[in-house]
Amino acid sequence: MRPRYIDADKCTACGLCTKYCPRHLVDQYNEGLAITRPIHIDYPQAVPATYFIDPEACLYLKHGVCQICVCTCQSKAIDFSQKPEEKELSVGAVIVAPGFGRIPDETLAKYSYGQHADVVTSLEFERLLCASGPFEGELKCLSDRRHPKRIAFIQCVGSRDLGCDNGYCSSVCCMYAIKEAMVAKEHDPSVDITIYYMDMRTQGKGFDAAQKKAQAMGIKFVRAKVADVMPWEKNLKLTFSTMDGSHGFEPYDMVVLSVGLDAPADARNLARIAGFELNNYDFCKTETFAPLLTTKPGVFVAGAFQGPKDIPESVTQSSAAAGLVSGLVMKDRGKALVHKSYPEEKKIEDEEVRIGVFVCHCGINIGSVVDVPSVEKYTDGMEGVVYHAQSLYSCSQDAQEVIKEKIREHKLNRIVVAACSPRTHEPLFQETLKDAGLNRCLFEMVNIRDHCSWVHANEPEAATRKSMDLVRMGIAKARHIQPLPEQTVPVTDKALVLGAGVAGLTAALTLAEQGFHTYVIEKEDKVGGHLQHLAYTLQGEKVSTVLSDLADKVKKNKKIEVFTNSELTAVSGFVGNFSSVVANRKGKSTSEMTIDHGVIIVATGGREHRPELVLGNQIKYSDAIVTQRELEQRLAGKGKVKAPKSVVMVQCAGSRGDDLNYCSKVCCSHAVKNALKIKELDPASQVVVLYRDMRTYGYAEDAYREAREKGVVFIPYSLDNKPVIKGSGKKMTVTFHDPILREEVSMNPELIALSVGIVPEGTEELSKLLKIPVNEDKFYLEAHVKLRPVELPVSGVYVCGLAHSPKPVDEIIVQAQAAAAKASIPLVKGCVSVEPTVSSVDKEECIGCGLCESLCPYQAIRIVKDENGKRKAETITASCKGCGICASHCPVFAISMGGFTDEQITAQITAFGETKEA
Amino acid sequence: MVVGGGVAGVQAALDLTELGYYVYLVEKSAAVGGAMAQLDKTFPTNDCSL
Repeated sequence: MRPRYIDADKCTACGLCTKYCPRHLVDQYNEGLAITRPIHIDYPQAVPATYFIDPEACLYLKHGVCQICVCTCQSKAIDFSQKPEEKELSVGAVIVAPGFGRIPDETLAKYSYGQHADVVTSLEFERLLCASGPFEGELKCLSDRRHPKRIAFIQCVGSRDLGCDNGYCSSVCCMYAIKEAMVAKEHDPSVDITIYYMDMRTQGKGFDAAQKKAQAMGIKFVRAKVADVMPWEKNLKLTFSTMDGSHGFEPYDMVVLSVGLDAPADARNLARIAGFELNNYDFCKTETFAPLLTTKPGVFVAGAFQGPKDIPESVTQSSAAAGLVSGLVMKDRGKALVHKSYPEEKKIEDEEVRIGVFVCHCGINIGSVVDVPSVEKYTDGMEGVVYHAQSLYSCSQDAQEVIKEKIREHKLNRIVVAACSPRTHEPLFQETLKDAGLNRCLFEMVNIRDHCSWVHANEPEAATRKSMDLVRMGIAKARHIQPLPEQTVPVTDKALVLGAGVAGLTAALTLAEQGFHTYVIEKEDKVGGHLQHLAYTLQGEKVSTVLSDLADKVKKNKKIEVFTNSELTAVSGFVGNFSSVVANRKGKSTSEMTIDHGVIIVATGGREHRPELVLGNQIKYSDAIVTQRELEQRLAGKGKVKAPKSVVMVQCAGSRGDDLNYCSKVCCSHAVKNALKIKELDPASQVVVLYRDMRTYGYAEDAYREAREKGVVFIPYSLDNKPVIKGSGKKMTVTFHDPILREEVSMNPELIALSVGIVPEGTEELSKLLKIPVNEDKFYLEAHVKLRPVELPVSGVYVCGLAHSPKPVDEIIVQAQAAAAKASIPLVKGCVSVEPTVSSVDKEECIGCGLCESLCPYQAIRIVKDENGKRKAETITASCKGCGICASHCPVFAISMGGFTDEQITAQITAFGETKEA
Repeated sequence: MVVGGGVAGVQAALDLTELGYYVYLVEKSAAVGGAMAQLDKTFPTNDCSL
């Protein structure tokens, strides 16, 4: 353990030391684009919020002189006596998550990176766009500080490039390039942006839609290889060659290199110490059906080190790895745990209202538009307001300490924070209130970022006036807010898994291995799902062996009960206390049973989409026109299999706007897999793949390259020049445009293989039963795309596999393990805490009409008979989501929402009409 | 023990504590967050990374 040279308990992160430190240091957090000091903190929200000293740059640690920081630090936190320590830890399991490394500068040099200041990496560009970056979010050229008017992005820098030994696709660059281009365009709508790419690989859920949005904003996408970037007077000259072999060049003010993810620099060292193996790219070596196991038992891997990937997939892998570890070291569960304690809650019923108002600058996010000091001053003298202040980042750790201190100092009993969105930050402030001995509901958040500085970025004065209005209204509401009780409900420690495909079986196994009884129900008469139709993987593993192993493990596990020929017909209850009715078919008779369980994992899967119209061609499926799945089965058939002499594969058949709106993620790899198999069976076979973007992301890129080397021909088509399929049986013709020959080509293949997409199975019915939402493509909609990818909006219900979105089997397995890990959390705890913002019924006022019961989307309110036999509504607190539908519809105003009472809302609205001069 | 305090390592550590285990989180640099902490916004929702 290296020392920080600062006592974390004493440091208040005030920043005075950095101000006085005399030495300059290149700021690595800002990618070397800014200057900091040897004593610093990377960013205000850093955790831990303790400054540290870079021993290589510090004058005292290097040369024994200075120590200015020691005298400036008011809290005497600087401690040069700290020494490096070595600790020996005894642990039950290890998860390695070292992330990714940088593409070496030599690879970037051919684009003049390092020679011209305006050639930047995507990460440097990210910092330039960021409010906490070197120019506070103002996009400027590094050479002369002018605003760039023309920007180019170059994709696949350091990826899909054997020149730097990185044959793989980094899987994230297309997305971040689109994001950065869009953000740059928001900063300055007049900026001209072009993205040079080979294939746009936006295969993730909802990613194609983001690309369309970028196109609509005017961002240009050009399929071309960039040869070089050279300085050209004040600008940069970018030379490129397009598919048809022609060359061109364009001037740009700034060129952004979309650099890939390299293996971590110390991967080999880490592998040696921990004793696991790496793959040929120096990432962690894993297998398709055990994606998170390293070659060393007890050592698991998660995140980009397992293979380049984005945030949601990293987060999913982490949860999955946690679930696997939890099964491995089960005997130690609950040992050595430390529980956080809070001070006793202060009773405030008899106190006068004492409001503290904190107005946040959010760096420049709010402060550059809204006049924060005026908004703060504006609250002075308002009824109930006894304290007001502003902060640069009110979400930072030191700001929380300030809030706690002010609560004590001024005996505050209501807190109003005017900052960003309660959606992301309310829990943080509520935690601070609890730490200060206040009920967390005594908090009101006013969103002056989304509602003011963001949407009214061009009208600072109006945005400031609106901020004042919103703050006044927030304060008016805060005068009436009351503490609400924290509640917990017990949990039935059993799980129900819907679907026994690879996702359901893996989830069940992960739950059972952690000791939880799991019921699995499957509609079909046997387990295995979609995977039964696949023969082998892209890496060559035989699917049937793996699947039967998995089914066997499930069968042998005493904690798992599998019901085939079964379907869910009704669900009642709420997280921790579900009760489900399952119908079981046996021949002609159907029997019903009721299962009590605490959580539900939805793994209902998907199936092949069989479009009848493909790219405008009427399709009649036959022996000569098949789907990739059917082709795979034929190629894997028993006995002597003959490969077709000539095959045309059509990608995106019925996908990406053709019939289905989305990309099914697996079809490109599937086509490559089958093409390679054909070439293996008969190298003389002619295989032509017509595609829009080859989306063989990650290591699948290796197979794509191998296919090209073996003579598989890949030809792109565009939507305004679609392939035409005519005839059937032995007389089929496929006509398409060949961009290299620049003419129409006709072929008479023996076989046409359509790469059709995947559609979800029965999500519409189940979504009604479980009250869980689906997106416009009928896949389940997760609670948060980035941070809660396997949780559904209804508490206690989780999702994995094809029901979530199309994805390959290794990703399904990880997602299933992650869903099981998340579902285990309430089972382990034995209780769940319920949000205090729930509805409550005034039994005196209630007339028992039942309107609320019929309207509640969560089955959280019901009619019961009281002691006098009268019908009265009653909230089931644990199910209530606090949506307020019941309260807004009650004809006699008998229902009140905690935290949103009529009194509070009326006060807020009344305050809207009032004025107070600034 | 979790090696690495980026978004993957932090999530793994948090889930493990929720599952009832004591966790050592080992991070090379002075703060957790890793590469995600350097990002301005996240794709495709443009949520704040921090």
